[in-house]
Amino acid sequence: MTTRSLGEPVTRSEDPRLLRGDGRYLDDLGQDALEVAFVRTPHAHARVVDIDVSQALDVDGVVAVYTYDDLLESDEQEGTHVSEPLPLLIPHPGLHSPRTPYALAKDEVNHVGEAVVMVVARDRYVAEDACQRIVVQYDVLPPVVGLDASREAVHAVHEDVPDNVAAQVLQEVGDVEAALAAAPHTLTLDLFVERSASMPMEGKGVYATWSTDEGSVRVYTSTQASTSVRAAVAAKLGLDLTKVECIAPDVGGGFGVKIVHPWPEEVLVPWAARRLARAGVAREVKWTEDRREHFVSAAHERAQQQEVTVGFDDSGRLLAFDFTFWHDNGAYTPYGIIIPIITSTQVVGPYKPGAYRCQYYSMYTNTVIVTPYRGAGRPQAVFAMERTMDAIADRLGLDRTLVRERNFIQPEEMPYDHHLIFQDGRPVIYDSGDYPAGMEKLKKLVGWDEFESYREQARAEGRQVGIGLACYVEGTGPGPYEGAHVVVETSGKVKAATGLTTQGQGHQTAFAQVVADQLGVDMRDVEVVTGDTRRFRYAVGTFASRAAVMSGSAMHVAAGKVRAKALKIAAEALEVSEDDLELVDGVARVKGTAPGSPGTSLSLGTIAVLSNPLRYAFDEASKAATQFAVGDISKPPVAEGEEPGLEATGYYSPEQSTFASGMHACVVETDPLTAEIRILRYCVVHDCGTVINPRIVEGQVHGGVAQGVGGALYERMEYDEHGQLLNASFMDFLMPYATEVPREIEIDHLQTPSPLNPLGIKGAGEAGVIPGMAVFASAIEDAEGFRIDRMPISPSELFALRAAHEHGDVPSTRQNEKKPQQKESAR
Amino acid sequence: MSQHAIFSDTSAAAEPLDDGAVEQRVTVRLRVNGLTREVEVPARRLLSDFLRHDLRLTGTHVGCEHGVCGACTVLLDGTPVRSCLTLAASVDGHEVTTVEGLVAQDGSLHPVQQAFRDCHGLQCGFCTPGFVTTIAAYLEENPDPSEEDALEAVSGNLCRCTGYQNIKKAVLRAAELTKGEK
Repeated sequence: MTTRSLGEPVTRSEDPRLLRGDGRYLDDLGQDALEVAFVRTPHAHARVVDIDVSQALDVDGVVAVYTYDDLLESDEQEGTHVSEPLPLLIPHPGLHSPRTPYALAKDEVNHVGEAVVMVVARDRYVAEDACQRIVVQYDVLPPVVGLDASREAVHAVHEDVPDNVAAQVLQEVGDVEAALAAAPHTLTLDLFVERSASMPMEGKGVYATWSTDEGSVRVYTSTQASTSVRAAVAAKLGLDLTKVECIAPDVGGGFGVKIVHPWPEEVLVPWAARRLARAGVAREVKWTEDRREHFVSAAHERAQQQEVTVGFDDSGRLLAFDFTFWHDNGAYTPYGIIIPIITSTQVVGPYKPGAYRCQYYSMYTNTVIVTPYRGAGRPQAVFAMERTMDAIADRLGLDRTLVRERNFIQPEEMPYDHHLIFQDGRPVIYDSGDYPAGMEKLKKLVGWDEFESYREQARAEGRQVGIGLACYVEGTGPGPYEGAHVVVETSGKVKAATGLTTQGQGHQTAFAQVVADQLGVDMRDVEVVTGDTRRFRYAVGTFASRAAVMSGSAMHVAAGKVRAKALKIAAEALEVSEDDLELVDGVARVKGTAPGSPGTSLSLGTIAVLSNPLRYAFDEASKAATQFAVGDISKPPVAEGEEPGLEATGYYSPEQSTFASGMHACVVETDPLTAEIRILRYCVVHDCGTVINPRIVEGQVHGGVAQGVGGALYERMEYDEHGQLLNASFMDFLMPYATEVPREIEIDHLQTPSPLNPLGIKGAGEAGVIPGMAVFASAIEDAEGFRIDRMPISPSELFALRAAHEHGDVPSTRQNEKKPQQKESAR
Repeated sequence: MSQHAIFSDTSAAAEPLDDGAVEQRVTVRLRVNGLTREVEVPARRLLSDFLRHDLRLTGTHVGCEHGVCGACTVLLDGTPVRSCLTLAASVDGHEVTTVEGLVAQDGSLHPVQQAFRDCHGLQCGFCTPGFVTTIAAYLEENPDPSEEDALEAVSGNLCRCTGYQNIKKAVLRAAELTKGEK
């Protein structure tokens, strides 16, 4: 009998192919395509005065060189829209001064790396030779680098936005001023988080093939949103949607950066393919991003300056939380203000914040654009709230877990309405969760209550250790919708497709588990395709930990319809009631009968044959469905309201996001001499509702934690005052190797199913990274005895902080350590 | 500015460089995954591009083009090298093994490949070929690694998906599989 795979840690279906080297990533495709390289501006802020491409045209193997003027000419002569600014993907009323870039710079460049000239050549080597011969004259303007410069606004990134403020948004729940005034205690924190980036191992890339015969284009792109790229390419090239196909092939990691679209290259490559095909030169064009290009022309995230003023009572309960932050959005805002929206709405975490006010400013700088990177504004939000929790505990001399517990929303208070508007335009209403249970598990897992004796023991050995924790709630699975198509072929094999894309999350496995569960087949007989608009045209994309929630639910709905149809057809054919049938082992079988008993079962393949009344027999199996073989002559072969084929399309569109949660704790050791920070323990308690595949979920947590370590201890974008990114290589941008991550990541699970979807799923993709900065800050602060308020922190920064602390410039924590209430509270 | 398209003969054999110099082409003869291959390539062609685009063995991936990430690691006469830092011309007369070449004649996975599957040692799979070739060579030298050895074996390659936990496990699992212990 088929073993039920849903909820089981089955191995991944996609792995054998990828392990053999048979993956098909973007640059593995289009081996005969012409290749593209770009001339990118070396200046952070400049006017483009003149472009001389004449030398490039002499390079043998160069096919075409394009500048903005060519885009303009195309729009005038061919009805395209390629010279217009790229779209503002997510407008918002608070984004009062949105600016988006041109596909090729028009007359001004606003960050190092912006594309100015496009070269198409026989191969990338030749294209780069040509780029070196192109002379661009710039009139250099003063750059605005960093949030301080942006806020001072001595210079403006965009001339018509003199204060550099792209967006300004205020949300207030309750009367914060009054609550602060009445609060027995208040504290103010100034916090800062640096830039980091998604940095997938595979950069972006686009490969387009123009079909002169059909007047259509097929675009392969390393994207997280193929259906939307398709629509954008159609709009930009002036094509009917039916003339554009878009496929995300194997994608070598995304982590957010590939959700932005259309990138300039996603417009230019198909545009060039058509142009060159029409000229009879070539019809295939490809661009593969190199690592330096990815650093300076893709996207970054994270940078925020934050101010928190909090009011609380003697027990540490929040009375008012007043949060102001400045978000560095880089040079343009193509992805709107999603990140600050998320920060401003997820900062409340698992807590009841009392009166809450958040005011944020999204600021222009002459740096690479800022768009979601795994966590997407949440790591910063959690940093703000959890630093505050630790500060309250420190002020009152209370245990840090106790302060959190006293502020938790209780399970019986679910659903809990924060009266805020989330990134999907829907309310922030927590659907379920059990935070006290999570805390209990975490304390047990990490040995919270025994830590003081461990600290003493370490101290006796001359070692300095600290423990930290951080809690988060993550809105996952936002809408608007996802869909799925499931078909049983006459072979009995099941083919399923969904429109959202995959970048390593194991969707082929997880969705097969969901479909197999409905159809009673072996999950290995279910083949899943994602991100291919030829197979499924309606989708939103893969972001915000939404794939399992959205497409997992859609797969469940679609497979459920197929199940119902199979049972109906089988019941008619076997002349039994549907209620007497079950789907197991790939057959519809009368319950209680022995497998193989005559007249008691039909294979799904046979049901698929019967589902499609035929005139013509094309093979042995199909004979059974031909017109003289089956059918009640008193009825139409396909009943009214029915459709031929054992297949169905299903959609899932939730009213709102579902809220996953978790809490991490870590133990660090800081070297008294060198200030080196070593991770001794890392513990995770997480709750993503019903788990489809624990193996995949744990893998997601592992990867997220590693990125959290990077964000807390290593990764930053080093811009100098000229807007040059000084560490734009893997030599200098320090991502964790195996030696930098925790030796072991200890995980405990909690499952509070979501009531919002049929399987009870909550998202898991981003969870691992979200509390990273906060938990390390907490642990390092605990080890050192002074406040940590900036992330990431390097050994040299910690060393400098120690010196400042010794000079009295950084105040000590633990001033109230010996107060009696700590003893009472430490359970 | 008008369209700067020139429609040149894209099959030209020689590429003039600066000052009118003609790019040198060289014939490279080597064994790749057990087969002898002979290809004429520009002298500046990197081994990674040669494998991927001239021989169309696209299992070898390029993640950084400067030898840091290790995704492009192949075995040169059995020793791991960064193919993105190696010129194709320099491997003339040598033997190269890529991730494709680790698969057995009967199509079964190499113990390291199987171990990655068993341990969920890959997610997006882009860095994986570099890890697999690196570990395969490591286990030839040290067939009985400790946990510490496993960490050492994988510490020169970058992965952005897995957090390395399961890759470390895969090293130990591969050693088990190789020894036939299962």
